[in-house]
Amino acid sequence: MTVAVGRRVADWAPAAVVLVAFFGLWEGIVKGFHIQRFLLPAPDAIWHAFRSNQPALWHEGWFTFQEALGGFAIGCGVAIVFAIVVARWEGLGSALMPYTIAANAIPIIAFAPITNAWFNPLNKTSKMVIAAVLCFFPVFVNVVRGLRSVKPEQLELMRSYAVGELTVFRLVRVPTALPFFFTALRVASVLAMIGAIVGEYYGGSLDSLGANIEQDASLFQFEKAWAEIAIACIFGIGFYLAVALVERFATRWQPRMDTAGTS
Amino acid sequence: MTNVVEIQGVSKQFKGGTVALQDIDLQIEQGEFVSLIGPSGCGKSTLLRIIGDLIEPSRGTVAVNGKSARQARRDHDYGIVFQDAVLYNWRTVAKNVALPLELAGWPRERRQQRVEEMLDLVELRGFGDHHPWQLSGGMQQRVSIARALSFEPALLLMDEPFGALDEMTRERLNAELLQIWEASGATIVFVTHSIAEAVFLSTRVVVMSPRPGRVSKVIPIELAQPRTAETREDPRFFELATEVREALHFGGQVEVIA
Repeated sequence: MTVAVGRRVADWAPAAVVLVAFFGLWEGIVKGFHIQRFLLPAPDAIWHAFRSNQPALWHEGWFTFQEALGGFAIGCGVAIVFAIVVARWEGLGSALMPYTIAANAIPIIAFAPITNAWFNPLNKTSKMVIAAVLCFFPVFVNVVRGLRSVKPEQLELMRSYAVGELTVFRLVRVPTALPFFFTALRVASVLAMIGAIVGEYYGGSLDSLGANIEQDASLFQFEKAWAEIAIACIFGIGFYLAVALVERFATRWQPRMDTAGTS
Repeated sequence: MTNVVEIQGVSKQFKGGTVALQDIDLQIEQGEFVSLIGPSGCGKSTLLRIIGDLIEPSRGTVAVNGKSARQARRDHDYGIVFQDAVLYNWRTVAKNVALPLELAGWPRERRQQRVEEMLDLVELRGFGDHHPWQLSGGMQQRVSIARALSFEPALLLMDEPFGALDEMTRERLNAELLQIWEASGATIVFVTHSIAEAVFLSTRVVVMSPRPGRVSKVIPIELAQPRTAETREDPRFFELATEVREALHFGGQVEVIA
């Protein structure tokens, strides 16, 4: 056990050193070169702003995270349903695929002001829509690819057992698609946070991170704006890690870098 | 003797117009080990799949255990092994072997007991909790054989099962397969492109020729059972291998792998 923990610490140490060095350098450069606080505040000033605004910051972060999570759930859910239909009926897939690929290349974030017009900009729905549309495409494309990446021999084996299509779906297609699905979910978790915050820049409730970042920056409260960015990072990274954790659990059968090749 | 497989006038033409098989007649008796050998494109894998009702013939009939191939498939009358082991990485070795039993609705305890027996049979006792990717190619293929035999099918269909393995592993698995064949009493139809493998394993070798796929010669292999390493050094073994080789060349194909 102690050996395993020791190895863990050794694994993490280089990254920790880089982190400390990064903030040290940042602090040093800002102080040493007298960089104006509107360009880049020093980490200790941001930390101070963070400490003194804590309750409000967590509240804003939670508000924005709810938008991101809602959009993530809607976008991924719709994408999964579409992907299953398209993967099952190939004709439909070849009819729709060119458009989904084209749509994937659209800078969806450009629609943010429009969704604010469609929905009340002050409630969460308008931001959820942006987040949902951003999440849709990576999940849709990857799940279709995953469901179709079943090898012909796997299907022949199932046919030899004379089982129905639903059983094949449950026993073969879903597990085969899982790694693809989770890769997409990790991408989508990041996109959902981006979508929610950028949506808020175009007008949103003052309970939200984006609206506050925008307002504080224009009011020269740069330390507070940076503290809000830090909160956005915390929620974003936490979201990503939560998805990665679920992935690890759901696909724990997969060979991994740290376990493969030890036998 | 009853015929486990009865093929009559089977032809297969694929959509592009390629004639994969033409007028195949073949009877396989219970307990036989029949190899289908021929160059690529002779339709040997197609024929195997038609026996298993994975592909439908364009013409002709196939009966397995006296039933239509379709009914036989539905009744789980055969097990199949492919060149790739086709194991599910998300299942342990034991759960891979148990898969057909699960689908057939066996109760858990009986399933576990059978899986133990099967892992013993293929000499993988103690590997039940491993995941397929932790095993070598030869071991994976043994898991695949255990899975195919787990529900005691009368017929075992094998499509170049050892084709991707190195020569030494292949020879060892050949010997093991013969022991399994004897222990299980199953009838085996075995697709290969190795002459030595076909002669060593089979009671009969069916030589096929391409374009269109036909049976060019059926050669009984009357080498003594059980076959051992010495069998490979028997002069009769070489004579039979030569006979198979000549039948393959006569079929119009020059580049044949020994």
